[in-house]
Amino acid sequence: MSSQAWINLAYLAASMLFIVAFKLMTGPRTAVKGNYLGAAGMAIALIAACCEGPVISRLTSAGPGALVMVGIAAGIGAVIGGLMAIKYPMTGMPQMVALLNGFGGAASALVAGAELWNMTAAAAATPAEQIALAQLAPWTQFAIATALTGLIGAVTFWGSFVAFAKLEELPRFKQAWTDPNRHWINLGLALATLLLICGVCAYPKAILLYWLLVVVGSALGCTLTMPIGGADMPVVICLLNSYSGLAAAAAGFVIDNSVLVIAGSLVGASGLILTAIMCQAMNRSLVGVLFGGLGTTSVANADDVYAGKVKSASAEEIAMVLEGASRVVIVPGYGLAVAQAQHAVRELANALEKRGCTVEYAIHPVAGRMPGHMNVLLAEADIPYEKLREMDDINPTFPETDVAIVIGANDVVNPAARTDPKSPIAGMPILDVDKARTVVVVKRSLSPGFAGIPNPLFAADNTLMYFADGKKAILDLTAALQQG
Amino acid sequence: MPPLTASLPLLFAEAAGADDPAARFIRLLTVFLLAMWVGFEVIMKVPQRLHTPLTSGSNAISGITAVGAIVVAGSLATGVGTLLGLLGVVLAMINVVGGFVVTHRMLEMFNPKKK
Repeated sequence: MSSQAWINLAYLAASMLFIVAFKLMTGPRTAVKGNYLGAAGMAIALIAACCEGPVISRLTSAGPGALVMVGIAAGIGAVIGGLMAIKYPMTGMPQMVALLNGFGGAASALVAGAELWNMTAAAAATPAEQIALAQLAPWTQFAIATALTGLIGAVTFWGSFVAFAKLEELPRFKQAWTDPNRHWINLGLALATLLLICGVCAYPKAILLYWLLVVVGSALGCTLTMPIGGADMPVVICLLNSYSGLAAAAAGFVIDNSVLVIAGSLVGASGLILTAIMCQAMNRSLVGVLFGGLGTTSVANADDVYAGKVKSASAEEIAMVLEGASRVVIVPGYGLAVAQAQHAVRELANALEKRGCTVEYAIHPVAGRMPGHMNVLLAEADIPYEKLREMDDINPTFPETDVAIVIGANDVVNPAARTDPKSPIAGMPILDVDKARTVVVVKRSLSPGFAGIPNPLFAADNTLMYFADGKKAILDLTAALQQG
Repeated sequence: MPPLTASLPLLFAEAAGADDPAARFIRLLTVFLLAMWVGFEVIMKVPQRLHTPLTSGSNAISGITAVGAIVVAGSLATGVGTLLGLLGVVLAMINVVGGFVVTHRMLEMFNPKKK
């Protein structure tokens, strides 16, 4: 077999490992193994890449300089990536994943750009380079794929960067961008990218067109992500994840490499599925999430909803209610993550369970800021995942629940989604905590959630508000319970 | 139409060089669509609690573009091309290593025997 055949075989093995890795990732007991297999596949593919014909011919003709530099670059990247992954706190996972994702997208755009540069500069000296020049003809696979890689890569990088900034709550990005002209700006940028794609395909030798496409794509990545509110972040993360896969697949078309195409399309598919699941969980269409923007519809006045009806309670009063409870459901939201209260919650649950009370956790599909975020945080606090119940599973049990404790969640427990057809979140599936006998809401203030609307739950007759920082509140509650 | 057994090796034959560009494009498109299909089938029913590790695990795999970056940076090259390729290698490796490590950290938390 030729050396190229061995390399292709290695790529095939890597692709198979990726598929098995994805398969194992869908089961809780096998996911760790799946991750290892994915990493093994990646290692095989990377080693095979170092043995590719062009790399070896460069090695024999010009010495090991290029390969050493590649090794150094890979080492730098590996150290940075490893450090980021180890140092970042668990609450910051969504930002971290968004950032990593952006780097992948940018790398794809760079690969296509570098390949384009090499090809246009290649003097037609060797047969291989003549083929390269022939590929540069207009409207070839190479030209089209290069244009698409540049665009998707740029959108992914800047979109992920904006998502990172939003999740990190950098002041400039905290508010969704709601300029009424944004649709026109997006439309203009989209048309410009379309023209530039045609330009790159028609004149692939004009490198400037490619970089212009990358610049306009970058702008589009920003303007598409900036209007999206925090509540829709899980959707955006999934979608950007899907894009980064598609960018890698497109880069595979550029350099004619099947492992890039296979791995890229697997990621693309998984991102699209998760996007669909997230949209379903919010009862919104993808188009609605991307272009709708929340908070523009008529919103009930917060003063009318809350006036005189909100009951604030102390830790002792709430502890008294909890003492009589035999079934408690805890509803964690992003506020719990921000307050790092997952361990405190575990303590409270322990104290309740010691009194013979059943404690379960109701997890909304979009609680937190990335898909399944809350499950990871609670698992970090050693809460067994049998107690983490999904929405459809736990909703019928709320009428038999004595106390529902809502910690730092807002929109996902807003009954307006069920009752008020004019509400911006109308029809969004919610956790029916209002049906529990008593609802305790731990929150710092009455400030609205991501959707920017007041929550009638806070003013309901069976609701007690406990205004405090999530962690301190839970610790105080636990103390009061243990004294009582 | 050649029989399937004859066309399969072609699917994975890369850089055949001499073959017609359109045929090569169709070959990669076949791989792309089949892999998308496999992706959909495999991931369709993933439980909610694994959404985060799946997102970050697939994110790590999207760093496969490192393969492309290595080939581009390590082969015959212009100064600028190599530089772009090397930057690509750095970014893609951050994605790969960061992605797998972060996924591992998350999955460890689901493991009751940790610590």
